[in-house]
Amino acid sequence: MPKDGGIGSSTKRREDVRFLSGTGRYTDDINLHGQLYAHFVRSDVAHGKINGINADAAMAMPGVVRVFTAKDFEGVGGVPCGWQITSIDGSPMQEPKHPVLAEGKVRHVGDPIAVVVAESLGQARDAADALEIDIEMLPAVMDMKEAVKDGAPKVHDDLSSNLCYDWGFVEDNKDAVAKAIADADHVTTLELVNNRLVANPMEPRVAVGDYDMANDEHTLYTTSQNPHVIRLLMGAFVLGIPEHKLRVVAPDVGGGFGAKIFHYAEEAFCTFAAKQLRRPVKWTSSRSEAFMSDAHGRDHVTKIELAMDKDNNFTAIRTETYANMGAYLSTFAPSVPTWLHGTLMAGNYKTPLIYVNVKAVFTNTVPVDAYRGAGRPEATFQLERVIDKAARERGVSPIELRRQNFITEFPYATPVAVEYDTGDYHATMDRVLEMADHAGFEARAAESKKNGKLRGFGIAHYIEACGIAPSNLVGQLGARAGLYESATVRVNATGSISVMTGSHSHGQGHETSFAQVVSEMIGIDATQVDIVHGDTSKTPMGMGTYGSRSIAVGGSAMVRATEKIIAKAKKIAAHLMEASEGDIELKDGQFTVAGTDKSVAWGDVTLAAYVPHNYPLEDIEPGLEETAFYDPANFTYPSGGYACEVEVDPDTGKVDVLSFSAADDFGNVINPMIVEGQVHGGVAQGFGQAMMENCAYDADGQLISASYMDYAMPRATDLPMFKVDHSCQTPCTHNPLGVKGCGEAGAIGSPPAFVNAVIDALHRGGHKVEHINMPLTPDRVWTAIQNS
Amino acid sequence: MNSIKLRVNGKEVTGQVEGRTLLVDFLRKDLRLTGTHVGCDTTQCGACVVHVNGEPVKACAMLAAEADGAEVATIEGQANADGSLSVVQQAFQDHHGLQCGFCTPGMVMAATALLKENPKPSEAEIREYLDGNICRCTGYHNIVKSIMAASGQDVPAMAAE
Repeated sequence: MPKDGGIGSSTKRREDVRFLSGTGRYTDDINLHGQLYAHFVRSDVAHGKINGINADAAMAMPGVVRVFTAKDFEGVGGVPCGWQITSIDGSPMQEPKHPVLAEGKVRHVGDPIAVVVAESLGQARDAADALEIDIEMLPAVMDMKEAVKDGAPKVHDDLSSNLCYDWGFVEDNKDAVAKAIADADHVTTLELVNNRLVANPMEPRVAVGDYDMANDEHTLYTTSQNPHVIRLLMGAFVLGIPEHKLRVVAPDVGGGFGAKIFHYAEEAFCTFAAKQLRRPVKWTSSRSEAFMSDAHGRDHVTKIELAMDKDNNFTAIRTETYANMGAYLSTFAPSVPTWLHGTLMAGNYKTPLIYVNVKAVFTNTVPVDAYRGAGRPEATFQLERVIDKAARERGVSPIELRRQNFITEFPYATPVAVEYDTGDYHATMDRVLEMADHAGFEARAAESKKNGKLRGFGIAHYIEACGIAPSNLVGQLGARAGLYESATVRVNATGSISVMTGSHSHGQGHETSFAQVVSEMIGIDATQVDIVHGDTSKTPMGMGTYGSRSIAVGGSAMVRATEKIIAKAKKIAAHLMEASEGDIELKDGQFTVAGTDKSVAWGDVTLAAYVPHNYPLEDIEPGLEETAFYDPANFTYPSGGYACEVEVDPDTGKVDVLSFSAADDFGNVINPMIVEGQVHGGVAQGFGQAMMENCAYDADGQLISASYMDYAMPRATDLPMFKVDHSCQTPCTHNPLGVKGCGEAGAIGSPPAFVNAVIDALHRGGHKVEHINMPLTPDRVWTAIQNS
Repeated sequence: MNSIKLRVNGKEVTGQVEGRTLLVDFLRKDLRLTGTHVGCDTTQCGACVVHVNGEPVKACAMLAAEADGAEVATIEGQANADGSLSVVQQAFQDHHGLQCGFCTPGMVMAATALLKENPKPSEAEIREYLDGNICRCTGYHNIVKSIMAASGQDVPAMAAE
């Protein structure tokens, strides 16, 4: 049994007390003296030429301080993109300028044209109605395949076409893959859409800019998953503010799911305007604004081919994907359909030859970037759907077809550039089938049939690459940043500890789980350890939280810094006990000399470090504070098996999810309660994608799902209780905690399990439906049944 | 402007509000009770649920002027007199019924109202009651568990784990 508060214990979360009592401090809870309110005036057309803006009437409205347009941003940089992809022909991706406020043209519904700043939000909104904006509508570029045809209207007039890049991976395998497919005994082909989603953290984005004229210092309070990244991007590339004059604070943040990774125009605006106006400037997104300004997720259209030999061994995979970039390149957008997607196309299977082609396309839609899973759900969905179809075509069990092709020996170098360190896919398959009572399924299906319902069983396996990432590797792949993480462990004189981490918690519970690790390493009570995050003035330069990287990379940095602390503390302890440093042991907060009864307490050593009267000053400095930067040697590879059971009403197409089981291998687990909560939430978002959610545009580029009235968020009545298990553990071999990360698994592995279950149910009812594009709404399922 | 006088968490408060000022904005901006959150603009998400005269109300769907003379309870007033968490609040912590915490005040206020109406709700009744409260983090699993536990029911028996 793990110690209460130690590694492996389901310690209750300390942050909950403030969240439950209403004393959390989210960005919108911050109000600064003399604060002004910004209201963004956004395009209501998808594509248009701005002929003129007349702000005279708006300026004359009560309380209006200033109206900003693109003219005010002459000489200011554009919102930058942090990742460059190279096309097959060796050319760099096409990278359009992304101005803070639209220059000359608007390119998506929601593109900001002007900002009214006023004494109150109501006054700013009122004045916005008086702004005269003359826009000449242009044809909207919406369909990706049409967009890349010759003569298509262009989103960016200064680019050669709407094609951002045409990426081939691994290009050297292309011919071998083509030959393997031509020579295959059987090829299963599937065309599918990975539907566009909106991340929808419950807290809308907020930015508050402040400027201190006395010291020429800027502060931005923002809803970010990575304040240091925002400081670097905004300071260096947009506003030209050096880091020591720019502080970015991301306090309590109400969920992110990827959408709060990116640097947004509103952050730059509020920081810029606060200096211009010499007063704090606040912007709070409405939910409707969030739908048209938060980066969207997914939106891939793919054709996948799976080749097999006569014994159903996978011999090759070829995919062609059109990936929607939207109107501009969001911070990490180019990396999602490429390195976060192509490298995962091996899945859990030993397919020797793989070729992935991705065409990234500009359209007149909101920019698309990473959303929970980012690229890996798209890869998993293709694979796990095509395998189910292949099993049906070959007349074999989808479970056995997976098992037959599972990778079983590790480390395993895939043909798509990554090397899996550990895993045991048969173990997670065994476990999930047991949890889901697969053996009893046929009896339950027969029972459903009696009631006129079609019951289906869906299975999916997944692998993901987390803990992003080795900096030198991602640098070669086009990243314009390193992806290490940092931690400073500051031990105070009386022994309590502040850990400053570059990771950021916006629901993941780091304040609890990170403290579990440090307190266990030293052997003190977890309440003696505080985790500090979310403020660039307090934490060392760190890359933040996304890609299930916090414990694997941020946790490892914290372990390394704590190891340095312990090493120095042992030197001090050795001096205090007049013993040899090599004989000092640390256990339960006591330093002892091996083989003797001598001991000193943790607090005595820390006090000596700060009151160095009896102290080895000739050998070591006073104080006890260490920083570590950890750059991972490899990605981590969580994996798992998910099973879903559904009942379909063939008369209405309505699908009820009856059970969902998840058997994950996350390696070692720090706080099982938190890990299980992450899986619940991920599966619920995967359910949303598979069954309900769809970000929809009409042919003219109008966003027709821009509120909770139109975009279907999963609610309590939609979901069952989940069965989750993480007892299959193959620890990561290359980080000190043996952890893999758990934040995205549910959203990656579950969509194909839901869809496979529905397709299975339909086949059991005699409906030969091979695929339905997500979300599987009653309308879509009913229509598929009618057309079968 | 309208002058209003009401009781919030047992204390009398007064304010000057525009006709269009929503109750939630009055609570958050004028009274600095920022525990009540705003997650949408169409009264769908429930992050702003408070109690008005003992009934759960979405504070984004009520004008502050309408609350004149009312008794309003917010998340800040839910703890016990000694400062310890209420039964519902404590159950949410014990069962990991929250992650980012943003929907949490509304969930706690809705759950507290539910248990007043229906002290031993079934899982289905809890899910039905929370239909107006959206959570993006938890998948509702642990919220349902928390409310079952707060009502004194056997959580392991109903949870599917």
